[in-house]
Parts: sequence; structure tokens; C-alpha cells
Amino acid sequence: MKLAGITTLVLLVIGTPIAWWLARSAASWKEAVAAIVGLPLVLPPTVLGFYLLMALGPDGPGGAIAGLFGGRSLAFTFEGLVIGSVIYSLPFVVQPIRNAFEAIGDRPLEVAATLGASPWDRFWSVAVPLARPGFLTGAVLGFTHTVGEFGVVLMIGGNILGETKVLSVAIYDYVETLQWAPAHLLAGGMVAFAFIVVFSVMMLEKRLRHRHGD
Amino acid sequence: MAIKGISAAFRGNNRGFEVDLAFEMPHEGITALFGASGSGKTTILRAIAGLQSLDGRLQVGADVWQDSTENIFLPPHERPVGYVFQEASLFPHLSVEQNIRYGLNRAVKATGNAPMALDDIVSLLKLEKLMHRAPNGLSGGERQRVALARALARAPKLLLLDEPLSALDAAGRQEVLAHLEDLHRELAIPMLYVSHDFAEVARLADHLVLVSNGRKQAEGPARKLFESLDFQAPDGRFETSVVLNATVTGHNRDAFITRLRLGEQAVTIPLVEAKEGDAVSLRLRARDVALATKRPEAISIRNILEGTISDIHTHPASCLAEVQVDIGCGHIRAQVTLDAMADLGLKVGDPVFALVKSMSFDGFGG
Repeated sequence: MKLAGITTLVLLVIGTPIAWWLARSAASWKEAVAAIVGLPLVLPPTVLGFYLLMALGPDGPGGAIAGLFGGRSLAFTFEGLVIGSVIYSLPFVVQPIRNAFEAIGDRPLEVAATLGASPWDRFWSVAVPLARPGFLTGAVLGFTHTVGEFGVVLMIGGNILGETKVLSVAIYDYVETLQWAPAHLLAGGMVAFAFIVVFSVMMLEKRLRHRHGD
Repeated sequence: MAIKGISAAFRGNNRGFEVDLAFEMPHEGITALFGASGSGKTTILRAIAGLQSLDGRLQVGADVWQDSTENIFLPPHERPVGYVFQEASLFPHLSVEQNIRYGLNRAVKATGNAPMALDDIVSLLKLEKLMHRAPNGLSGGERQRVALARALARAPKLLLLDEPLSALDAAGRQEVLAHLEDLHRELAIPMLYVSHDFAEVARLADHLVLVSNGRKQAEGPARKLFESLDFQAPDGRFETSVVLNATVTGHNRDAFITRLRLGEQAVTIPLVEAKEGDAVSLRLRARDVALATKRPEAISIRNILEGTISDIHTHPASCLAEVQVDIGCGHIRAQVTLDAMADLGLKVGDPVFALVKSMSFDGFGG
């Protein structure tokens, strides 16, 4: 849960500029970037986890960087998990925000420009508020997707109690050791949690859209 | 050299469409960029606001906003313009008041002093009751009024209006048109008004730049241009009209007519609520004017103006000729068939009687 919260925050911070660039840029190679961001959608999580393990381990570039700061390596640490989760969930955050930015169109931003708002000002005072439903969807999808992920975490997390133990892996452990009752509890809890989250997002979006009219 | 007004010259290509246009506009009043749809008017307006980059030069008063030869190009947010788009384009996440304050606050921050008081703008456009509403609940006319207020509140040196009436229904059109006339009277801000509608331009414009295919066809004081036979309304020959000033001399309320003095001649129009002595504008369509060499008797047409033929134009492959008649206080235009012209032997310098089938009230003042 802590992992999902931090991951979502990081996702919003780096996903927003990527989404903005993808929505506004006229560069012809932007779809290639979009495809790279979208890779985790189709790749098995274990593939992603494997590469991340290589990259973050003591012999990879991530490990080398960590070494500079006196760390051992990022694999099997909480920080490493955050990095893995961010990459894994990035498309779920970038796509809705990009769509929301694209839906705004040029006009409101042009209006803001003629009213004396600089590009930075336009982004914060017009684009972000108008794209709010997209941010909401992106944040919730990123959060829930991180809560539910398994493969990446298993590969680079290592399942260390209090450090890198996450819900989805915990359920796997219970089932492995035939502890059905706690497995039921956790799995049922996650179904309920997912339902509540998805349902409230849909309701919230509907209300936002209603208020803005169309 | 100090230019008091605004001088613009743009040349360039916008998605395959060539624009090459230079014009001057006075530093006050409404200048209309008048032309058919797709003639490049909006492109020019966007270039003036800096929303579109075209090569050229733009000077407003003493300030140069753009000069391609010296690599000067002010970004749009540094050009003090007010821009009103076809659709009001209000920010849906802000209230009416927040919309209006959006530009105002930024102008205050940039210049350090408060421009025109918000209250003045709000009362000028009669928005007091709408201030706390959300834009979605407003009618089309109300939205466009808010958009006008928002553009004015940022204290522009130039107000750009891109067919602000075209997205409105008839009622909204009248509502916003009346407010535009108020602004025209009350404010000293020069306005550049893009339109393809003769009726709007006739009512609002002081100065005219006629645009066709990205090029300037004619330029000058609006009414003078209307009177010239070279001028054809872009929205069709039927709309070709002149606009003249007249003075109200009285009413006949039983017959629902208002009597007017047009130069030295008396005319009547359908009843208008105006006081005696009020100055009004009249619009006369060329197709509603017939000519006679003798004063006709026993005829239902009431408005018969005496004048002299001052110009005649024939059009290729058309049965109609256009005749300009000097009626003392100005010129009117008539469309006459070539056949009738020959029968009557009309030529420049001949005295004629102009029979005006209908004459419409076109606003106060002038």
C-alpha cells in the first residue's frame, strides 16, 4: 500500500510531462515514444522484472549509480520496487492524461494566451484543471495497478517482510502453503477494494463531466 | 515616423492558402475585415494576435509587435490584444467572474496598475446578475457578452473580433450586436471586426478592408466604399446596399410610420421608437431601388428621391446594370435591367427619380 501511494505520486510527476508532450508535440516520432511507454501493456511482467533486475542489480547501471551514493544495489529494496512499479504502471497513467490533454484542444489555450497567460501559466491554470478527470483516472489506475502487480515485484522485490512484501505476493505465499483462510481474506479484500475504487472513479468522472457540461 | 493607428502587413502560406495583405486601420472605431468565408480574414486576425506566425510587420501605435526583417515576434501572451472567438470559449472550470478576472489579474500583474475598473465593464455589458454563474448555464448571447467582458478586462490596445455573432441564434445576435454598438460608442479601443455578413458590417463598421483570396480588394471609410459601384457585398449582389444618415422629423402612429429627413428630401420608414431630431442610419438595398425619368403618379411606393445619375456599371453576362445616383446628401445604388436602361436612355448626368421600395432602419447615430 505504501508502495502504491509513492509509486502513484512518482507516476503523476513524470507521467504528466510525458503525456503533455505526447498530446501537444507535432514530432513525427512521438508515437514511437508512446509505444515504448506502452510496452509494459503487452510484455509479460516477468520480462520487465528480469531486465530491471539486471539494470538495478550490483552489476547493472542502476547498481553502479547506487554505488556512487554508497548503496549496495537497488534490487531487493523498496526504492527498487518503486522504480519497477513506476515503469510497469506508466502506460496506465500516461494514456488517460494524454487523452484528457488532447480533448481540451487548442482553443482554451489560445484564449488564455490572448489574455496574457504565459505557456507555464496556461498549463497550470487551464490545461491541468480541464484535464482533471484524466488525472483522476490515471492516478487511480496507476495506484490499483501497482497494488495488483505481481511479476515485477516478485522478480526484483524479493518479498522481504516490512521492506518489499506486497499484497499480491502475500496471497501467492498463502496459497503455496495451503493457508486458504488468509488467502481468501486477502483476495476477497482486494476484489472489494478494486470494485470500490473503480466504481467511485466512474461516479466521480460522471459528476465532473456533468458539471463541465459538454 | 509615428503612426497613430495600426499598420499590418502579412505575407505567407497557411496550409496551402496564400495570404498577402497589407492594411492600415485608424486608432479608433471599428474596422471591418470583410470578405467571403475562406478569404483569409481569420488567418490575418490570428496573425495579429500572434497565434499564427506569418511573415510580416505589425505596428500598433508606437509599438512594433512583429517585424520579420528584424526578427521581432512578440509571443501572443505579450501582445495586449483582446480576442473574441466565434464561439465564446469560456473556461468551463471557472465562474463568469473568474473568467473575466483571468485576463484582468494577469494584466495587473504585468503592468502593475489596475486597468479599466471591472465594475465599469460588467455594467457596460450588463453582466451583474451573471457573475457567480457557471458558463454552462448561460445562453449563447450571454456567453459572448462574458467573452467580450473578459477580452476588455485585460485592457487591450486592440480588440479583435472573429465573427462573434456567427454562432448565435437571431435573438442572441441582436443582443450582442446592441452591446457591440454600445462599446463602439463608449470605448476608445480600436476594434478589428472579421465578418462576411453585410448587415453586421453596415451597422458596425466605420472603416472597411475588403478581402478576397487572401488579398486586399479595397480599403476606406465604410460608407464611401458601399456607395462605389466597384464594391460588391461578398455575401451576394442582393445584399449590396448603401447606408445613409437621416434625421427623425416625426411619427404617424396611426399609420405606423416614422418620417425622416434625408438630406433635403423627406422619406418614411416603418415606425421606429426614436425622438424627433434623433440621427438614425438607413440602409437601402440596390435591388430595392427602381429608376424613372418622370415622377410617377398613382403608385404605391412612398419614397421617391430626386437625384442625378453619377455612374453606371454593366456586368459581363448579366442582364442587370448598376446605377449610382447622387441624391445630394450621398449616393444610392440601383439595379436596373439593361433593357430598361436602353428604353429610358439613361446615361451619366441625367436627372432621375429613384423609387425606393423599402428602406430599413439600421441603428442610431452615425
